[in-house]
Amino acid sequence: MNKLVSLIAGIIFGVGLVISEMINPEKVLGFLDMFGNWDPSLSFVMIGALIVSSPLFHIIKKKEKPIFAENFNYSNNKSINNQLIIGSALFGAGWGLIGLCPGPAISSIALLNIHSIIFIAAMFFGFYLVKLISFDNKNT
Amino acid sequence: MNIVNFTPVTATLGGILIGLAVVVFFLFNGRLVGISGIAANALTEKNNRFDNILFLLGLVIGPILYSLFTKNEINITISNSFISLIFAGLLVGIGTRISGGCTSGHGISGIGRFSLRSIVATITFMIVGILTVLIKNFL
Repeated sequence: MNKLVSLIAGIIFGVGLVISEMINPEKVLGFLDMFGNWDPSLSFVMIGALIVSSPLFHIIKKKEKPIFAENFNYSNNKSINNQLIIGSALFGAGWGLIGLCPGPAISSIALLNIHSIIFIAAMFFGFYLVKLISFDNKNT
Repeated sequence: MNIVNFTPVTATLGGILIGLAVVVFFLFNGRLVGISGIAANALTEKNNRFDNILFLLGLVIGPILYSLFTKNEINITISNSFISLIFAGLLVGIGTRISGGCTSGHGISGIGRFSLRSIVATITFMIVGILTVLIKNFL
């Protein structure tokens, strides 16, 4: 059953990216163009997501265990270190260059856009490189 | 600063769906959505590989179902050169792995549970993203 949940959660997430237009790099770049022609929409995507997820997260984690798994499994890493800052800065630079972050990039495979597919290939190569030099943090 | 193309209603609706996906994944599977982590682990880790691949497959199916049901065409515009796409893809891939999360992992799942680490990460990538666009506009 948890396999089905993974698929369904992915689908809901993907539809959310389309409706919010985060799937379109132009929309994202409009948000990042704060000192030019600013499109504040993306902040409403985050607000919408957090309004739903934050209170429910705090309720759900009080449960003994998830419905289809033995235990809750997420990082409890609290360290604020150079890796966090440098990694986030590198990500921000790549994000600002094209307007694609991992979720929208992967969803845009559906549109068979050659530009986004090249971006994704490079992104996966980046994942692999970090694994190779095992500088890897566990996902948040 | 000029405000342009502002679509608060669809942005909030889409955001609510994204939040719902995070809640479903957490309630049933006990995991927090972080797409850079899910994608990287699908590539490099055996643990939960099939779950991760199915989530990614869902991300791709979502837009297809949306188009089928609403008959709306999804248009995206990317006009960058192949070199800059490769460069940016590498930055995103490497950066999100070093920092342990992206817009979803730090920006939504992390901030949602009030993780200071994720708040710092999100502020950092937002500021650098904004600066990158600012610099691009000057070039």
